[in-house]
Amino acid sequence: MSSAEVSLVDLLDRLLAGGVVLAGDLTLSIADVDLVRIDLRALLSSVDALEEAAPHGHGARWAPTPEL
Amino acid sequence: MSEPLGELLYAYAVTRPADRLDEELREAGGGVSGGPVFPLYAAELAAVVTAVPESEFGAAALREHLEDLGRLEAMARAHQRVVDAVFAAGCALPLRLATVFRSEDAVRRMLGEGHERLGRALDRLDGRVEWGVKVHQVPLGLGESTPSASRDSPAGDGRDYLRARLRRRRAADDAVARAAAFAEELHARLRRHSEAQRILRPQDGQLDAAHGRNVFNAAYLVPRSEREFAETVRAWGERDAGFRVELTGPWAPYSFAEALE
Repeated sequence: MSSAEVSLVDLLDRLLAGGVVLAGDLTLSIADVDLVRIDLRALLSSVDALEEAAPHGHGARWAPTPEL
Repeated sequence: MSEPLGELLYAYAVTRPADRLDEELREAGGGVSGGPVFPLYAAELAAVVTAVPESEFGAAALREHLEDLGRLEAMARAHQRVVDAVFAAGCALPLRLATVFRSEDAVRRMLGEGHERLGRALDRLDGRVEWGVKVHQVPLGLGESTPSASRDSPAGDGRDYLRARLRRRRAADDAVARAAAFAEELHARLRRHSEAQRILRPQDGQLDAAHGRNVFNAAYLVPRSEREFAETVRAWGERDAGFRVELTGPWAPYSFAEALE
């Protein structure tokens, strides 16, 4: 979909909770960014919702997950 | 850090080599840093990356970057633009926002070491798209509020007040139950037209009178050729004036990149 029609909250639902989490020679993965959830909470509460795993057991992974 | 600041590589997605990849990436424009977006190949896979300055994308700088909503949005939009370009050229395995590597070697090593798992995920996602479905409960209009609502001033009789409060709570409970039933039925229907489902947390931030309360937020993995999914969602939106059903997509399969194994 074109970026113009996507709401930021829908996009962040996917970019902060979806996508493959890689480990290895990364400088930083989003999983380490504790401050993001705190500061964005007031603005986008869906982001703070993401920090708690979704009720069905495959929610956001905020803990670093060395899977590779 | 004592070493001089240099360049890092921001990675957007993993894909397989595809004829149209270079062209799609060119058309996508600059990446998160404005610089060119290009594929790095290893183990029959490609990682799509952009060179970024360590002064902005090193761990400390990135943390600051992500705390600033304006910059977070710019990064998220650029990330999505590139993932969409990869997705347009073939299949795409999106990476989590802000995945940054130290070197091209590190990216190739990631592809090499992860090629089995990444290849499996690509096979699973190839030819599929993600649809987002949200249900908003439309707030009750004034005309529909309980008749007693206007009379339940605290100055009135105490029992009236309690009765009115109980009625309001029952109305609220009813609304919650109706929303749950509506969303459950919709979800059950959409399961039939999708290969995988993921329930996302409701978007509490979207609380406003016009939109209503977000009572259901989910993502579905659907074969690209499946037409009935979107039709079903649209038809469901007409069933009950008390709910607004919103369809977003098709997205690259962000929500299913990790959840399939």
